[in-house]
Amino acid sequence: MGYMSSVASESLPDATGHFGPFGGRYVPETLMHPLQELEQEYFRAQADPAFQKELSYYLREFCGRPTPLYLAERLTRELGGAKIYLKREDLVHTGAHKINNALGQILLARRMGKTRIIAETGAGQHGVATATVSAMFGMKCVIYMGAVDCERQILNVYRMKMLGAEVVPVHAGQKTLKEAVNEAMRDWVTNLRHTHYILGTAYGAHPYPLIVRNFQRVMGDEARAQILKKEGRLPDMLIACVGGGSNAIGLFYPFLEDASVKLVGVEAGGLGIRPEQHAARFQGGSLGVLQGTRSYILQDEFGQIQSTHSVSAGLDYAAVGPEHAWLRDARRAEYSYATDDKALEAFIKLARMEGIIPALESAHAVAECLVRAPKMSKDALIIVNISGRGDKDVSQVADKIGLQMPQ
Amino acid sequence: MNRIVDQFARLKRAGQKGFVVYIGAGDPDLETTRQLALAFDRAGVDVLELGVPFSDPLADGLVNQLAAQRGLESGTTPPKLLETVAAIRRDSQIPIVLYIYFNLIHRVGLESFIAAAAAAGVDGLLVLDLPPEESERYEALMSAAGLCHIYLVAPTTPDDRMALIVRRGSGFIYYISRAGVTGMQASVAGNLASQIAKLRAHTGLPIAVGFGVSNPEQAKTVASHGDAVVVGSAIVNQIAEHGRSPTLVAQVSAFVKALADAVKSV
Repeated sequence: MGYMSSVASESLPDATGHFGPFGGRYVPETLMHPLQELEQEYFRAQADPAFQKELSYYLREFCGRPTPLYLAERLTRELGGAKIYLKREDLVHTGAHKINNALGQILLARRMGKTRIIAETGAGQHGVATATVSAMFGMKCVIYMGAVDCERQILNVYRMKMLGAEVVPVHAGQKTLKEAVNEAMRDWVTNLRHTHYILGTAYGAHPYPLIVRNFQRVMGDEARAQILKKEGRLPDMLIACVGGGSNAIGLFYPFLEDASVKLVGVEAGGLGIRPEQHAARFQGGSLGVLQGTRSYILQDEFGQIQSTHSVSAGLDYAAVGPEHAWLRDARRAEYSYATDDKALEAFIKLARMEGIIPALESAHAVAECLVRAPKMSKDALIIVNISGRGDKDVSQVADKIGLQMPQ
Repeated sequence: MNRIVDQFARLKRAGQKGFVVYIGAGDPDLETTRQLALAFDRAGVDVLELGVPFSDPLADGLVNQLAAQRGLESGTTPPKLLETVAAIRRDSQIPIVLYIYFNLIHRVGLESFIAAAAAAGVDGLLVLDLPPEESERYEALMSAAGLCHIYLVAPTTPDDRMALIVRRGSGFIYYISRAGVTGMQASVAGNLASQIAKLRAHTGLPIAVGFGVSNPEQAKTVASHGDAVVVGSAIVNQIAEHGRSPTLVAQVSAFVKALADAVKSV
C-alpha cells in the first residue's frame, strides 16, 4: 500500500500547507503575514507543555471531556449486523464537537495578545462554541451567520446573544455558510491587529485545516483508547458527516495508519444529486480554489460557485476540507452521501431507538450507519460520530415531519 | 512590448504620475464597459483594471461586491469579457489588467486562460488570491505569453516579504494603502510615505497605490508618494448611481477626468 506512508499522521500537510495537490494558502496579500504568524504561534503552542496542560485542563473541567463511547444496543439489535458505538460529542459542553477547536483557538488567540474574536457559523454550533469561550475569557465576540441560517437555527442565535456575542446576519448570495465565511474574512482583513478569526472547520488557508484537525483529534484519540478498552481491538469502520469536515477529520486522524479501519465520510445529498440541490462535493464537484484553499468544490463551467442545498445548515457548504480531498484521492477514506429524507429518518430513528436526538448534521452519519451496519457481520465494530445534539433542529424537524401541537 | 511596461516607461520619461482606474466588468453590461474604456482612454486614464465578476469576492467591500453581482446578472462570463477586451482593442491601446479571483482561471486551466487573455489583448493579470508562494507555474506562463503578473503589497507585508514579492512581480507593484477590503476612505493612511519609501528600497518597478482613494484631493496626495494612483470604488459607486441612464458614460467620464487632472497636476 504505497500511499500509506504518505498519509502517515503528522506528515501532512507539508511545510507549505499542502496535502498533495490540495490545500495551500490562496488569500489576498494582506492575510499572508497574519497567517504565517498564526502558524508560527501554533507550532510554538503545540510544543509548549504549559499550553497543552491548560488545554487539557479546560477540555476536562469546562467542556466535560472525555465524552463517552456508547454502545447503541437497541439500534445494533434492530439492524442485526455490526456492533454500533456512538461517540457522544452531543454530550460535550455547548452540545457539539465545535467547542474542542474553539477552546484551543481562543487559548492561541490569548497567547497572541488578541482581544477580539470573530467567527463564521452555519448551524450555529461553532458560533455558540466561540461565543462561549469568548464569554469565559472576557473577549469581545462577533459571529457572522447567513440570514437563512439565522432563521432555521434561531435557538443558537439566541444562545450566542445570551452569551454576549454580537450576531451579524449576512444577506449576500444564498445567505448561508459560504457567505458568512466571506464576511468573516472581510472583517478579519480589516481588523487584523486585535482580532483573531476562529475558523470553525478543517477548511480555509493553511494553517487552519491543520490547527482545526489537531484540536479536534481529541475525539479520535479518545475513541481509539475507549474501543481498545471495551473491545480489545480497533473498530472496522468509522462514520462521520462531512461539511467542511472537522468532526470527521478529528475522528479519523488518529486511525489513519490503521489500514484495517475503514473511514467513511457522509456528505449532504440534499434533494438528490442534481446541480444546486445538494452539498455533496465528491459527487457533483470538481477541483477548485475557494476561500483560501484548493479542494473539491461545487462550481459551474466558468468557476462561479454554485448554490447548495441541505436540510442541515452545518453541511450546506460548497467546498470540502482539503485533507478529505486528499484522503479520498489517496483512497484512504471513502465518501458517501445521505439525502435530506434519509437524514430525517435517521434523526427520528436514533431518537426513538436510543433516546438520543442528534443534530441534523450528525443524522447524516447515522443514516449511513443504517445502510452499512446490516451488511456487516455481528463481530464487526462501527463507531459513528454523533457530532452534536439536535435541540437546535427540533422546530425544523417538527415542521418537516408534520408534528402537531397538542390541542 | 507589453502595453503596461510601455505606458510606465512613457510616464517616467514625461515625468508624469500614472492614473489607474478600476471598474467591475459588465456593470451594468459589457457594452457599457466597452464605451467606458474608450471614454477613460480619452479622459487621461493610463491603465484600466477590469474586475471580473466572481460569486465570492472576499477581498472586496460592499461597493465592488454589488458591482460584481450586477456583472453576473448581466451575464458577464470570462469568455464574454475577453470578447469585449478584443472589441476595445479595435479602437484603443489603453493597457488593460484583469483583476480576478483565482478560481475563474483555475477552472479552465492556467494555459488556456492565459492564452485566451493574451489573444484578446489583455496586458496583465492581478490575481487577488494567488500569492507568489502558489504561483510558480503561473508566472512562467504569464511571462512566456508576454503578460505582466502584478502582485499586491499590503501594510501587513513585512520587509523581507516585500523583497520576495517585488522580485517576483512584473509591470508594476500594487500597494494597498490600508489593511481591509476595497472601498472608499475619508483620509489617506498616515504612514503612506514611509511604507512607499521602504518598498522603493527593494524595487525599481513602478508603484501604484490604491484602496480607499476616492476624490481628486486624495488622488493628488497619493500621487505625490507613488508612481501611480488607483481609484476603484469611488468610480464604481458613480456607475451604480447612474445605473442605466443614457448619460452614464458622459457623467462617469467627467468624474474620472477630474481625478485624472488632479493626478496629472502633481
